[in-house]
Amino acid sequence: MKRIINEMKLRLPAISLNESVARSCVSAFCASLNPRVDEIGDLRCAVSEAVTNCIVHAYRDLPPGETGQIYISVRLYDCREISVEISDNGCGIEDVGLARRPTFTTGGEERCGMGFLVMESFTDSLSVKSKPGRGTTVLMRKILSP
Amino acid sequence: MEEIIKNVFSDGVLCAGISCEIDHHTARRLREKIDNDIFRYNPSLLVLDFSKVRFMDSSGIGLIIGRAQTAGELSCSVRVIGLSPSLYKLVRLTGLEKMKNITVAPPCAV
Repeated sequence: MKRIINEMKLRLPAISLNESVARSCVSAFCASLNPRVDEIGDLRCAVSEAVTNCIVHAYRDLPPGETGQIYISVRLYDCREISVEISDNGCGIEDVGLARRPTFTTGGEERCGMGFLVMESFTDSLSVKSKPGRGTTVLMRKILSP
Repeated sequence: MEEIIKNVFSDGVLCAGISCEIDHHTARRLREKIDNDIFRYNPSLLVLDFSKVRFMDSSGIGLIIGRAQTAGELSCSVRVIGLSPSLYKLVRLTGLEKMKNITVAPPCAV
């Protein structure tokens, strides 16, 4: 039975400046597990993708002047596992299967539709739960080498 | 404002040396700066130098593909150099190096 050794919760406004804030906070929080440089690099990239999705997609229907929130929860387990949950209360995804397909994008502005592929490839597991009109939760797990 | 890119044009080659982390937040400024100089100098080769880039997510891939499209319309090819092993991994994952007017130099040692 795995045991939680540390936990962090973050709430950030969904503005693009916070893409770097989010990935830096998550990687700093995970430093106590002494991850390899490539492992923490992969996680930083996956976090950046998930947070960017909240900023580019989730709150696109909000009226000007209103800003949505991004909720990030990180857990470290004694088995050298990291779980990162990133959620929003935004517009949700109509068809998660389609959204996860590489090169599919509704983003415009040079989004290449690779976000979920990166999250999936750079972590050990990815789950995406979404309700149209309610929001989306992405849960990623990364298991560090011994 | 902190300098995030330096473009140098010489002998038909436009070299864009990017020196910031590339995400959705920084990509817009980078894109504007590079496209401005593509139209200004009409180069035959655009070199995107990533040797000072410590982090990039898929916004960087979108940036490269977008520049290859802009450059392609002007018969300009694109060469990507200076990728670290981790950036190269991302490039390989997205299949970018298979696009027709892009060449990607192998990764540099860290």
